[in-house]
Amino acid sequence: MIRFERVSFRYDGADPDAPPALGGLDFTVPEGELCLVVGPSGVGKSTLLGAVSGLVPHFTGGHLTGRVTVAGRDTRTHRPRELADVVGTVGQDPLSHFVTDTVEDELAYGMESLGVPPETMRRRVEETLDLLGLADLRDRPIAALSGGQQQRVAIGSVLTVHPRVLVLDEPTSALDPGAAEEVLAVLQRLVHDLGTTVLLAEHRLERVVQYADQVVLLPAPGAPPVVGPPAEVMAVSPVHPPVVALGRLAGWSPLPLSVRDARRAAAPLRERLAGRTPPTVVGAAGELLVEARRLAVRRGRVEALRGVDLTVRAGETVALMGRNGAGKSTLLSALVGLHAPAAGSVRVGGAVPHRTRPAQLLRRVGLVPQEPRDLLYADTVAAECAAADRDAAAPPGSCRALVAELLPGVPDGVHPRDLSEGQRLSLALAIVLTAGPPVLLLDEPTRGLDYAAKSRLVAHLRGLAAAGHAIVLATHDVELAADLADRVVILADGEVVADGRAADVVLSSPAFAPQTAKILAPAPWLTVTQVGDALAALEAAQ
Amino acid sequence: MTAAAPSAAPAALPAVRRARALHAGAWWVWALGLATAASRTTNVLLLGLVAAVTAYVVATTRGDAPWARSYGTFLRLGLIVVAIRVVFAVALGSPIPGTHTLFTLPQVPLPGWAQGVRLGGRVTAEAVVFALRDGLKLATLLVCLGAANSLANPARLLKSLPGALYEAGVAVVVAMTFAPHLVADVARLRAARRLRGRDDRGVRALLQVGLPVLEGALERSVALAAAMDARGYGRTADVPPAVRRATAVLTVGGLLGVCAGTYGLLAASGAGYGLPVLLLGLAAATAGLRLGGRRSPRTRYRPDAWGARAWLVAGSGAAVAAATIAAASYAPAALDPPAVPLAAPVLPLWPAACVLLGLLPAFAAPKPPRAAKSPAYAATSKRAAQ
Repeated sequence: MIRFERVSFRYDGADPDAPPALGGLDFTVPEGELCLVVGPSGVGKSTLLGAVSGLVPHFTGGHLTGRVTVAGRDTRTHRPRELADVVGTVGQDPLSHFVTDTVEDELAYGMESLGVPPETMRRRVEETLDLLGLADLRDRPIAALSGGQQQRVAIGSVLTVHPRVLVLDEPTSALDPGAAEEVLAVLQRLVHDLGTTVLLAEHRLERVVQYADQVVLLPAPGAPPVVGPPAEVMAVSPVHPPVVALGRLAGWSPLPLSVRDARRAAAPLRERLAGRTPPTVVGAAGELLVEARRLAVRRGRVEALRGVDLTVRAGETVALMGRNGAGKSTLLSALVGLHAPAAGSVRVGGAVPHRTRPAQLLRRVGLVPQEPRDLLYADTVAAECAAADRDAAAPPGSCRALVAELLPGVPDGVHPRDLSEGQRLSLALAIVLTAGPPVLLLDEPTRGLDYAAKSRLVAHLRGLAAAGHAIVLATHDVELAADLADRVVILADGEVVADGRAADVVLSSPAFAPQTAKILAPAPWLTVTQVGDALAALEAAQ
Repeated sequence: MTAAAPSAAPAALPAVRRARALHAGAWWVWALGLATAASRTTNVLLLGLVAAVTAYVVATTRGDAPWARSYGTFLRLGLIVVAIRVVFAVALGSPIPGTHTLFTLPQVPLPGWAQGVRLGGRVTAEAVVFALRDGLKLATLLVCLGAANSLANPARLLKSLPGALYEAGVAVVVAMTFAPHLVADVARLRAARRLRGRDDRGVRALLQVGLPVLEGALERSVALAAAMDARGYGRTADVPPAVRRATAVLTVGGLLGVCAGTYGLLAASGAGYGLPVLLLGLAAATAGLRLGGRRSPRTRYRPDAWGARAWLVAGSGAAVAAATIAAASYAPAALDPPAVPLAAPVLPLWPAACVLLGLLPAFAAPKPPRAAKSPAYAATSKRAAQ
């Protein structure tokens, strides 16, 4: 269905000495397969997907050698619009995908462009509304939908055309675990019931790898890919989900990819670990830094938060979890004074955030927003650092020192826009830390980060917590919460529904349990690192 | 279409809304009718009545979609227009002769080449009243446009465009949706300024986020263009060259005919040939557009149906326009009372009753049930506000 024949690709204006964006691609994706593209960030996954829909090179420019054929059509001679009936593409940000403004019109848009007869369109829209569970939303403005709903509308809008190939770039990275499962279930159905070929790039491998029929691993920019069955590729892949890490650690063969397979293989491991428990986290008893009492926040006519109680002490790391739209970001915004409480009170470091001048609040609490780019205005890293020093009235060079520590090897002159997702996050973090706030808030920090960037971030945050910072992070990433948080607070519909020790909260509900916990249940192991440490201790004892 | 209606859906579901939605064109005809009426009068009471009629209809029949909120924006814009008009009349003086001096501003002496322009000086009540009425007329026109915007989604109007113009129309609509995105971006970035310890109010804050906002807008438009291309925007069907040439000749010739015909109609000398040339031109242009539509393989999904309600709504607007035009020639003094001497405006009974015809849509148009506010809705409005 999709054939890459000796394909390599170089963007216009790229450094001629640098490796090409893509190189040595030579593989086939047969019809009806779900093919997963994996690799560290910045390795060219999106470019590879673009080459299938024809946007690379027709839209992006650049030089493509070799040949890409989709359903027998050469992308060199067919422009993206001429491939629109065989390839459906959904990019990273569903919002930039929408042309019309209501759900039903959006589903019909692609078919209208292709000239599908009205009766057929009507039928397909109804079918797709049912398939994706969107029937109740059909007349709703798209701008009023939640992230998960928007993602489903975006997928639906390309499905109505009945494409034979579906190309998706990180379809679940912005979604909460429940919504992500919904989307993946739909993809499964398409592959199994309709024989659609799906090509998918994703960082959150723990969510998708067990559904893949084939994995294309891009190890480095321009390096030839490793293509093969998921278990074989995962055995050598630098990016892999916790289940694979655990399998590699325990030496399981064949390597399990799903929790079910791993549980079957894990019986001996569970026995070996019997009697041992992960080190219990001592509750931090530092100074009370964040205190919200019966906090309510209204946004227009909507009550975004109701009666929320939250306390965070110095040295403590708290993960806020809950589905898209549960009020996590609102709570963080209220802690930095972006929203005045409608009722109740907030105090952060002794100050009332919305009544404190920004310049003073900066020294008490810092927030890294969901889109770190929002914090960056200057056109070089150096200028950004200088501005951050001025804003925080810190001695010149303090921000730059932090950047050097968090992000070694980034030159001064580079534009923040040209940094990778993870580098941008580190830069924003350094800027926020320049003022030395004792309270650090992060909104969805691992979105778009690969495993390496994520573990660097985890290490930094651990260090900050150990140095006495209070950290609150809103996240959908259960693995991150299990890895980092002392406490987990679950929000639903603007209310706190669970607040307790991370291990207790995540182990009590399957939706929020990390893979390791699911595999080794009922023993309370949360992360592969914990298991690895315990095994090492066992061996040392023998 | 009726056969395929989702019969299983309970009547309370919004599914009914689309089927019952009024043709967007009907709302525009209604609004333009009221606007025409407003343009024919300077009677403050009549203008107020027109604005009140639009406000009532909007309040009773608009939905809860984002575009439905544009009425308030246009209303504010109208008030600004009135204010600017009055300020200019006060500061620059007015040719209206008046005897009731309100106050006298210090006059700035201007050099000889600026003769005829005055800065400051005597301000008369007559001049202010005249400016007020003039501004109010413009404001009422804006309010009528705002009503059309909030009642009929501009994108739905596209569905009624001829196929040949559709793609240009999409581009226009996409461009129009940019403004709300920009506003949301500015709000988000100003909030982000606060996170960096800078003030989030004031002009400087707005200026400093300008560049990132524009950058973001540009990136988004590029991404949208890519998505549209990948979804088949701009696909063309093969048509024989003869048809292509015929299309070009008919369209260009037709438009020229329309221009010449209009000129003929407006100029006193060409009254004889004006109308036939205009009609011929229109016919040729229509044929050209129809032929041009062949090049685009597009089909339409559930275009709005023009039903009895649409006739009523459009008819009420047209009736208001026609009645006011008639009244303007029948009783010009009532519709356009002289500014000098000052007099309290009188509400002319019959023209006022005619304007009230414009209220018909409040009863004839389907009332969309307001969707319940779900958590999801909360989620996004929140995201936008960030």
